[in-house]
Amino acid sequence: MSESTMARSDLADPAARRALMAGVDTTPGSSKPDPILVVDNIVRQFGGMTAVDVGHLEVQRGIITALIGPNGAGKTTFFNLITGFDRPTSAKSGAHWSFDGATLDKTSASSVAKAGMVRTFQLTKALSRMTVMDNMMLGAQDQAGENLLKSVFKPLWRGQERAIEEKAKELLARFKLLEKKDDYAGSLSGGQRKLLEMARALMSDPRMIMLDEPMAGVNPALTQSLLGHIQSLRDEGTTVLFVEHDMHVVRHISDWVAVMAEGRLVAEGPADSVMSDTAVIDAYLGAHHDTDLGDDALLTDEVMEEIGQEVAAEQKDES
Amino acid sequence: MDTLQAILNSMLREAISPQTAAVAIAAIGLNIHFGFTGLLNIGQSGFMLLGAYGFAIAIGHDLPLIVGILIGFGAALVFALVLGAPTLKLRGDYLAIVTISAAEIIRYVGRSALLTDFTGAAQGLQGVSYRTPFTDLSFFGGGDATLSPFNYLDVAGGAGWVRLLGWLVAIATVAGIIALVRGATGAGVVARRTSVGALAVVFVFLLFFLMPANYQNTGVNGWWVRFVSWLLVAICMLTVFLLVRSPWGRLLRGIREDEDAIRSLGKNVFAIKMQALIIGGLFGALGGMIYVLPSSVQPDSMGRSLTFFCYTALLLGGAATIFGPVLGSILFYAARIMIKGVANAYIPDSIMNGQQTEQFSYIVVGVALMLIVIFRPQGILGNKRELRFNV
Amino acid sequence: MQRVAGFVVLLLLSPLLLLVSAQPAGAVGTLCLPSTTAACIAGTVRSDEGVVPDVKLTVTDEAGNAEEVVTGDDGKWNLSVKEEGAYTVALQEDTLPDNVSVSGPSEIKVQAKFGNTTPALIPVRTSAYVSSTSKLDELIQSSANGLRLGLLLALASIGLSLIYGTTGLSNFAHAEQVGLGGILGYVLINEHGLNIWVGGLLVVILCGFTGWLQDRVMWQPLRRRGLGLTQLMIVTIGLSLALQYTFQYTVGARTVRVLQDNPSVREIGPITMTNQSFVAMGISIIVIAAVGYALLRTRIGRATRAVSDNPALASASGIDVDKVIRLVWTVAMALAGLSGLLYALVTNGIKWDSGLQILLLLFAAVTLGGLGTAFGALVGSLIIGLVVELSPVLGMPGDFKYATALLILILLLLVRPQGLLGRPERVG
Repeated sequence: MSESTMARSDLADPAARRALMAGVDTTPGSSKPDPILVVDNIVRQFGGMTAVDVGHLEVQRGIITALIGPNGAGKTTFFNLITGFDRPTSAKSGAHWSFDGATLDKTSASSVAKAGMVRTFQLTKALSRMTVMDNMMLGAQDQAGENLLKSVFKPLWRGQERAIEEKAKELLARFKLLEKKDDYAGSLSGGQRKLLEMARALMSDPRMIMLDEPMAGVNPALTQSLLGHIQSLRDEGTTVLFVEHDMHVVRHISDWVAVMAEGRLVAEGPADSVMSDTAVIDAYLGAHHDTDLGDDALLTDEVMEEIGQEVAAEQKDES
Repeated sequence: MDTLQAILNSMLREAISPQTAAVAIAAIGLNIHFGFTGLLNIGQSGFMLLGAYGFAIAIGHDLPLIVGILIGFGAALVFALVLGAPTLKLRGDYLAIVTISAAEIIRYVGRSALLTDFTGAAQGLQGVSYRTPFTDLSFFGGGDATLSPFNYLDVAGGAGWVRLLGWLVAIATVAGIIALVRGATGAGVVARRTSVGALAVVFVFLLFFLMPANYQNTGVNGWWVRFVSWLLVAICMLTVFLLVRSPWGRLLRGIREDEDAIRSLGKNVFAIKMQALIIGGLFGALGGMIYVLPSSVQPDSMGRSLTFFCYTALLLGGAATIFGPVLGSILFYAARIMIKGVANAYIPDSIMNGQQTEQFSYIVVGVALMLIVIFRPQGILGNKRELRFNV
Repeated sequence: MQRVAGFVVLLLLSPLLLLVSAQPAGAVGTLCLPSTTAACIAGTVRSDEGVVPDVKLTVTDEAGNAEEVVTGDDGKWNLSVKEEGAYTVALQEDTLPDNVSVSGPSEIKVQAKFGNTTPALIPVRTSAYVSSTSKLDELIQSSANGLRLGLLLALASIGLSLIYGTTGLSNFAHAEQVGLGGILGYVLINEHGLNIWVGGLLVVILCGFTGWLQDRVMWQPLRRRGLGLTQLMIVTIGLSLALQYTFQYTVGARTVRVLQDNPSVREIGPITMTNQSFVAMGISIIVIAAVGYALLRTRIGRATRAVSDNPALASASGIDVDKVIRLVWTVAMALAGLSGLLYALVTNGIKWDSGLQILLLLFAAVTLGGLGTAFGALVGSLIIGLVVELSPVLGMPGDFKYATALLILILLLLVRPQGLLGRPERVG
């Protein structure tokens, strides 16, 4: 499934993307023309607290969707739920999600990845005490050599192993990690580990890749490079869903934005319209955000006198 | 000089004994569990005991040798499934607790008076009841033999300088092997490998030259059982080598490193851990069968201490290596005998009598295990960067 | 690292130090070894309360030749015979203690075979047992025994659970710490004749000191060094091995008793137990209550629970985590020592591997209650104690009563791995 010439999808053209998303409703949970992921009624409670309560969400195929929201909004928990790393509390009462037509309700993390939806982690999970090359080789799926009985007989998997190695080298070259292929992953810098994780995720040719805060802890120079990689992923036809805090990044590359706050989906839409949506601003800044407490104009002379009188009165009461 | 020679002789005898080989095989199994996959199995003695019981009981009931072996393996397989199913999805501590408990339970069941007809209860099963089909296979014939027939006694009547010279040469060969393996010489890969092989052969010959051993050819505890057990050790090492260099082996190391990452790559982590548990358990069962061949199946002698010996041997030699468990077992048993021998010879009975030297050697084992894990977790042959065990 | 090396040297030398106080290693009673020309007949005289020493039995062969054997301190006897065939083993009832009598026939026939040891078991019961034969009475007695066992387990397992909670370490040497209490009790009270209360207090203090020492010399430096939990677990395994064999080195492989005299028995309704058992239970309840009060009401207790819950957060709130952990180790080992001493008194004997036997139960109790919670450990211990003692009454063969605890553990892990009182965080 790997091609050395990267095929460009129809949505590589920004105009095509705008046209596609122009017709979509900007309400939370709106339906998309060609959704690759559909989730219904995902609820996760911890004790008495509801961490996630998403009624309906659809992710459009072939574009970059950003999932934003203040800290504690439940974004990573939501990620964990739909990738099988956590079980929804509503698992038995109507939670339902499907990926590319296939139902994923009762699936485990590994089956989700096998189905074509691969994720990365906020704190990179590069396998530090294994080499970069080993990391990459582990990313490939359907390896005959991973079967216990076949593994003892090298001829049964030698050919496939070589092919996987070639593909790994290609991806490493693309992410500029090829010279490091025999180094331990633990010796890479933080940013390089992020690249490694992304490269490793691509080994299985996923149809959708979910990035959990890809820019976290990455220096600004590397951010551009990462952005470029994410965009080229989209241009090849992979759907991208990522969680981010950095608004510049979100504005720069996302075709669609979904906003979560307090576990719920509060807004959807293209980046610009979502940024100015009242519900979103309230979620980030709190409901009384438009009271500018730093405005000196509030302290007029009359107000100053009033304050002075109140202070004097208090001091008299105390003495 | 003579006491020293006697101690050295006993060290060599212990180093090549079938029980050392058995523990080496069990340690190889433990290496798959703990060294490669990071599974904390503290019940390897349970696997060994089950293998031994299955084998001995089957043959004691007149079933063919092969069936006995298969039943021993089957018992270990079931044991692994029963232990793994609830715990492999949980944190490592739980597997440790369950395996240590389950191994004790197997021992209790074996000791129980209820099953005396099968297991012989606390007295166990006498070796004679199951050894015959094995000894019948021997093509070594009767009589006895000394290895090596040409030894230090044949040179200048076994004078001290002959032995001293021999030891110096032996140490030189070991130094040569270490230098070659570390790549200190500039020789190419093929030249290095053949040199290491040649030096190893010379070293082994020198050992038998300096510490000749005489056993019956077949018998209860003779050359035949030694030959078979060490041959099996070699086969096990080869099997592990084939497994570990394959993608399946890569998966094991990945799981040891970070399970969630492997899960996110679409691999069925539970199934692979179960496979590792089973394979390591099968090695343990084989070790158990060999352990009891020259003696008898006694549940009390295959208890928790045996698991701890396996761990010490494994960590001493170097976890997650091919030769580590074997080297560790040999050194472990030889060193223990040395401690016992030296204590017996040089510490008067009034301070430490015979039984106490035995117990003292075990105390040293426990302390040694602690020291190895604290100061040199990679053991002798292990890779330091790979084995920091940081959870 | 010098401290660690020093501790290790101390450990290596300790057997020599203890030699000053321990009796010289005496000869173990001659054991009969079956061979191709000799057969063995052996047995143990044991009542519901424990082993019965100094009982005479007569072994008569088919020709009428009789030999007499006496049970040792561990209730065991053995006889080597030169001929195969039928033998009659008869127990001389007048050599039984006053409150013990045979519960069935006082003689049995056995077949001796070369190369084998034939067991000859003649069951005996205490007089208390003879009277309480109704099922309900058996249940009540077993429940009382279970409560007793549970309380003793609780003393030890609270410490184990707290160590796990505050440091994440599963301490496999904990069982040996329990054994240490019993062995020290034997050395101080039996050998050196200290009064039991004074000796007992000294045992608890000494055991607490070993806990303090361990944390100071080993665990704290290793934590600071960043040693992983797996490595620390293996260190506890090594320590466990070293301790077991140190016990065997100093005391030998036999069972030893803390108090020389036979215990007197007291009846409360259908429940019959030795005085020592009642006292032990009383002490346990008081100590457990004290620990519980300390955890709930005192500042240091609350700090301990905080560290057990979330060490990083506790540290950030100004709690000195290292001090708390040092305290936990000290108290945990003191409790374990107390538990061992009481256990030795209650079962009227302690051996070098007594700890091994209850390790399984300790871990089952702690896991059942929830790893890391002290109250969980208490609840789990009581349940395990009851299960172990009640299972023979409810049909499980006596040999397997410890196996019941393991079965419960496995089932629990399938259904509710965090235990009864543990938090349902993701455990895997």
